[in-house]
Amino acid sequence: MTITPRDITRRQLLARVGLTALVAGPFLSACATGGGGSEAAAPSAPAPSAGGASASANNPFNVKADAPLEVVIFKGGYSDEYATQSHEPLYKKAFPGATIKHQGIQTIGQTLTPRFAGGDVPDVVNNSGTDNLDGGALINAGQLLDLTPLFEAPSVDDPSKKVKDVIVPGTIESGLGGDPAKPYTLNYVYTAYGLWYDAKLFEKEGWTPPKTFDEFKTFAEAAKAKNIVPFGYAGKNASYYAYWMILISAAKIGGNKILLDIDNLADNAWNNDAVKQAAAAWAEIGKFMDPAYEGLIHTEVQTQQNQGKIAFYPSGSWLEAEQAKDTPEGFEYGMVPTPSVTTADAMPYEAIRAAAAEGFIVPSKAKNAAGGLEYLRQMLSKQGARDFTEKTKSLTVVIGATEGLTLSPGLTSVAAAQTAAGTNVVTFSSFEGWYKELETELRKQTNALMFGRISAEEFATKMQEAADKTKADSSIIKQTRNV
Amino acid sequence: MRRGRLTPGAVRKWGFIASFLAAPLAIYIIFFVSPNLQALQLALTNSRGISPDFQYVGLDNFTRLFEDDVFWAAVRHHGLILLVMPLVTIAIALFFSFLLNLGGGQKNGQLSGVWGSSFYKVVFFFPQVLAVVIVGVLFQAVLNPQKSGILNSVLGWFGIDPVGWLIKPDLALWTIIGVMVWQGVGFYVVLFSAGMAGVPKEIFEAAALDGANRFTLFFKVTLPLVWNTVQVGWVYLGIAAFDAFALVQVLSIDRGGPDNATTVLPLEIFRQTFTYYRFGYASAMGVALVFLVLTFAALTLRVTRRERIEY
Repeated sequence: MTITPRDITRRQLLARVGLTALVAGPFLSACATGGGGSEAAAPSAPAPSAGGASASANNPFNVKADAPLEVVIFKGGYSDEYATQSHEPLYKKAFPGATIKHQGIQTIGQTLTPRFAGGDVPDVVNNSGTDNLDGGALINAGQLLDLTPLFEAPSVDDPSKKVKDVIVPGTIESGLGGDPAKPYTLNYVYTAYGLWYDAKLFEKEGWTPPKTFDEFKTFAEAAKAKNIVPFGYAGKNASYYAYWMILISAAKIGGNKILLDIDNLADNAWNNDAVKQAAAAWAEIGKFMDPAYEGLIHTEVQTQQNQGKIAFYPSGSWLEAEQAKDTPEGFEYGMVPTPSVTTADAMPYEAIRAAAAEGFIVPSKAKNAAGGLEYLRQMLSKQGARDFTEKTKSLTVVIGATEGLTLSPGLTSVAAAQTAAGTNVVTFSSFEGWYKELETELRKQTNALMFGRISAEEFATKMQEAADKTKADSSIIKQTRNV
Repeated sequence: MRRGRLTPGAVRKWGFIASFLAAPLAIYIIFFVSPNLQALQLALTNSRGISPDFQYVGLDNFTRLFEDDVFWAAVRHHGLILLVMPLVTIAIALFFSFLLNLGGGQKNGQLSGVWGSSFYKVVFFFPQVLAVVIVGVLFQAVLNPQKSGILNSVLGWFGIDPVGWLIKPDLALWTIIGVMVWQGVGFYVVLFSAGMAGVPKEIFEAAALDGANRFTLFFKVTLPLVWNTVQVGWVYLGIAAFDAFALVQVLSIDRGGPDNATTVLPLEIFRQTFTYYRFGYASAMGVALVFLVLTFAALTLRVTRRERIEY
C-alpha cells in the first residue's frame, strides 16, 4: 500500500458525508468562530442554559417575541399543510407579535445551498426529499445548531417534563452527527417495526398473537391446520424484512448492546448467543413458510396476506398505507411486537423496534435561531403532533399524541404498541447504511437460514466472517456509535 | 509518383480513404478505446466515484479480485454458461433450420422445409424481437415458484409438485441458461437458414440422389457447408455468455442468489459500483471481464479455423 489507512479514512469520510465542494469546507468553517455547534453560532443564537434568568418554561430559549421566523418545509409526500395550518399557528399563538415567512419547496438543497454559503439562512428547515441538503457537510462546516438545548428544555404540555422525556427513546440518537457526535437533526416521523396480521381473521379464528416463540410454534401448527401459512416474507427482494426480525429478537434477548456491538464491528458480535438464539427461533418459524416465497417480491407476499393466505408478515408502519389499494373489505391491519425467545430476555415482549425519520434542522447562523428551536418545541407538543398525524396519516415521535384521534386500525395498533413499549425500544441498525457489503451478506444468509439451507450456528459463523472481513478491510471507513 | 512524397495524386487517394475511415475511427476511439483505457486507469485506483480525488493503489484491486469468492463464483458461472449455452443454442438452431429448409423431403424434385415452415420461422424469431428485460419479466410469470406459475401449473396437470426454478441453488443457473437458450435460438435459426439458403440446392439434391438419408445429409453435407456461419454464431453466443446481466438482475433471487448461485460478472460490477461505491475495484472486475471475453474470442477463432469450401 502506498498510503496509510488513516489517509483513506479521512478522505473517504469526506467522500461519504459527501462534502460537495472540498473548497467550500474550509472556507465555510473559517466563517464560524470556533468549534462548531451552538458555540459557533452567530451572536443572535441563544445560550439557553446560561441565560436562565430571563428564560421561562414558556419561553425557554429567550425568543424575542416580535422576531420574524422563516420556515422552509419540504413539500413532498407529507405536503406542507401540517406546517401552515398547525405548527406555524401554534408558534404564532405563543408569540403573537412574530411574523412567519413560510416556504414549501421540493428542492431544499438547490434552493438553500447558496443561502448557507451567503450566511442568509432560514430559522427552521425540514431537510428532506431527494434533493435535500447534505447534513454531514453542513455539520462539518459548523452550519447547524446543536439541538441539545431543545431536548433539555421543558416540554410545552408539561413544563415539569423535558422535551427529551416526551419523545420516543432513540429519536435523539437517530439525529446524531459530527465528531464528537451531537444531535443536529430532529427526526419527527415515527416508524415502528413488528409483525403485521389481519385482526379480523384472528378474531374469526379465535387466535391471539403469540407472545413467546413457544406460543408462536403452537400457533403456527394451528394456522397450518387451517391451510394458512403462519409467517411469510419475500425472499427475492425483501429479505431484510426478515433480518430485522432476527435482529429485534437478538436485542430482546441480550439488550440493545447486541445491536450496538454489531454496528461497531465488535469482536464476535455475531457469535453472541443472543444472535444465535434469535436466528434459531426464527429459522424454526421459517420451516412453516412456503418455499416459493423465496422467489416472490414483497408486494406479491403482501397481497397474499391480504388474500388471507398468510397470518404474520414482518414490516414497518408504512405497510397499511402501502397496501391500501389491495386491502379488501373486512381486512384490518394490526401490528404486534415480535414474540419473546426466552424467559430471561433482557427486554419484555412489549419492546418494539422503532426509528425516527424526516429531519428538521436549525441553521447555526439563523437570525432567529432561538425561534427555530421554539418552533421545533411547538412541533413536539401534543397538539402539533396530533395535527401532523391527522394531516399526514403518519405517527410522530411524540409519545401519546394521538389521544382523541380516529386512527386507521393499523396506526391505532402501532400507537398502542408504542405506548406499551414505553422506553423498551429496540435500537435501529446503522451497519445497514454504513457497511453495505455486510448488509448484502446478511440478506443472503438470512434467506439461506430462513429457507433451511443453513443452521443458526452457520448463520452466526458466516456473518461473523463477513463482519471480520469488513473490519479488516482498510478501504472501508469505520464508524462507531455508543447509543 | 515517387514514394514518400505528397504528390497531389497521393493526397487524393489517401485523403479519400482517410475521410471514410476518420469518422468510424473517431467514434471507435472515443466510445470504445478511451472508456476501456480509463477503466484500466481506474482499476489501479481506490476511486469511490463521488470525489475527483483518489490515490493510485497499484495492483491492489487485482490482488483483492483473486481473493474474492463472489468474483470466482461469477467466473465459474460464466464458464458453465459458456460450455452449455452456445452448444445447446446452436444444436437446437441447426436442427430447426435444417427442418425448416431441407427437412421436408423432396417436392417436385426440390428439397423443401417441413410443412408450415414459413410460419415456424416467424414464431422462432419472436423472442429476438422482445427486449431482454421483457423476456425477463415474461419468465418471472413462467417460472413463478408457486402452483400458479405457468410452468408449474402445467407440471401440476401431471401431478408434479411445484418446482422452485430459481430458488434451488442447484437449479437456478440452469434455469437462467434455459431462458438464454430460449431467447437466442430464434436468431440463430434465421442466421443458419440464411447460411443454408446460400448453399446451392444442387449439392443437396446430388447428395439425395446418391441415397443420403436426412442424417447423412445434415452431418456430412449441410453442417460442413454452413460451418462458417456456425463459427460466427459461436463467437456471438460466447460473448453473450459473458453478459447475462439483465436476465440475472430481473429473474434471480436477491440479485445473483440464492447464495451467489446465479451471479455473473456484469452484475457484480454493477453492485460494486452502485451499491458499494467501489469504482476502482469495479473497474478491475471490468478489466478482468474484457480480458476473459477477448481470450475467448481469440481462442474460438483460432480453434475453429477451417478451410473454406468454395462453390
